[in-house]
Amino acid sequence: MPRDPENLLYAESHEWCDVVEEGGAKIATIGISAFAIEQLNDLVYMDLPEVGKAVTAGEEFGEVESVKAVSPLYSPITGEVVEVHSELPDNLDQLNDDPYDFGWILKVKVSDDSNLSSLMDAAAYKKQCAASG
Amino acid sequence: MNTSLATTPLDAWHRSAGAKMVPFAGYEMPIQYASIVGEHQACRTSAALFDVSHMGRIRFDGDGSEHLLDHLLTRRVSDLPVGGVRYGLMCNAEGGVLDDVLVSHLKTPSDRRFHLLVVNASNHQKIIDWITPHLPDFPTVTMSDRTELTAMIAVQGPKAIDVCKKLFTFDPSRLKYYQATITDQFKKPVIVSRTGYTGEDGLELIVRAEEANRVWENILLAGRDEGFTAVGLGARDTLRMEAGMPLYGHELNESIDPISAGLSFACNLQDRTFVGSDALRAIKAAGPKQVRVGMIPEGKRPAREGCDVLDLDGNKIGCVTSGGPSPTLGHPIAMAYVATQHANDKQFQIDIRGKSVLANATPLPFYKRSKKV
Repeated sequence: MPRDPENLLYAESHEWCDVVEEGGAKIATIGISAFAIEQLNDLVYMDLPEVGKAVTAGEEFGEVESVKAVSPLYSPITGEVVEVHSELPDNLDQLNDDPYDFGWILKVKVSDDSNLSSLMDAAAYKKQCAASG
Repeated sequence: MNTSLATTPLDAWHRSAGAKMVPFAGYEMPIQYASIVGEHQACRTSAALFDVSHMGRIRFDGDGSEHLLDHLLTRRVSDLPVGGVRYGLMCNAEGGVLDDVLVSHLKTPSDRRFHLLVVNASNHQKIIDWITPHLPDFPTVTMSDRTELTAMIAVQGPKAIDVCKKLFTFDPSRLKYYQATITDQFKKPVIVSRTGYTGEDGLELIVRAEEANRVWENILLAGRDEGFTAVGLGARDTLRMEAGMPLYGHELNESIDPISAGLSFACNLQDRTFVGSDALRAIKAAGPKQVRVGMIPEGKRPAREGCDVLDLDGNKIGCVTSGGPSPTLGHPIAMAYVATQHANDKQFQIDIRGKSVLANATPLPFYKRSKKV
């Protein structure tokens, strides 16, 4: 399970990312932040990639839709999808209550973590949200 | 932010209620206060208050205003009795829709009759500019733009009439659907019409701008125990979509004619001449090239405006004009134009950003309220 939101990394595009060592590999768990979920409001659909698909830091890996609009989801990290949270698209209402635990979307086996330093820590991300909120 | 955006007289109220404000048709308008789905459901189960002050209100006084409007509208106005409201289209010479409008025939307490045209916010100036050159042909008619002097509030939902009945000195249930009157409410004149854009029973009120907050708060308070809720443009759109109602800029524009849009009922073509009538007669005789249809995409993924509609062999036959989730029905709905030869197809495919989704044809509207017994 992901760590406390204070210990996660955040992308400008509102995805969170938790990188841990598992059996010699780096595994990143990815989700979307509570702030983004609140802004999106009334989620109705989520499109997830298949296991085995390559994702690239800063590039789209799926979509989430609210009543009004479609929003792309961007990968905070480069690697290969090793697990998807298949129960999530049918339980999007639970994302509001639990974005950092039940709300995980993907697990990615990291092949390149050179961009990690460009992600924000919780304090910097909070600042970004305050500025745009 | 664009500083030239206009605000409605209820702007401060919206902000204090925590509304998310967005630019819309030159105004800053509330898109939602909390949840679009919650606001949608409030309208279907109780009643919703909408600030629709951004819509244009244009008044025509003087002898012959009905003839001016007869000349410009697809629907006959000259036989509209005092207290009547009629939906019609204003077309260009080619039959393209300039706007869809409501025209009311009203009488002031001092017995002056006038016509009031309510137009879409996005077309407000265009319609004034369109009508102005026709005015010299009707020298006894004066046109006045009442939009900034007034506010417009829609109260829509199954409990709207009952609550307003208790609040008003006038009994709004005496109005039939598509009737309007001028009445003193809250000690000020109010135009009350039994019209709306949600598929629910309800009223639309036009009040003086300075009265807007008082009227709005009075109605919200009177309906508080019944669940009356302020509702933004987000839910207004999902409500009108479920009700199968066209929206200008989506189902209607200047390159679409009312026959193709499925609005033949709003075109009186017999024994009449009006701007666009020859073109519409020709389109009716030849048959429209495309028709507006309703469809239900399979699965949960909503088709959105601009998605291509394909036949089952994968050939493009049309385009989605409005689409999204239906909060009442619990699945996506979409309106689209398809080539006329496909009007009666039972199934389509919709290309939702690169993925084909099967969609089943369904008659419009998607949702119809149950009539009171």
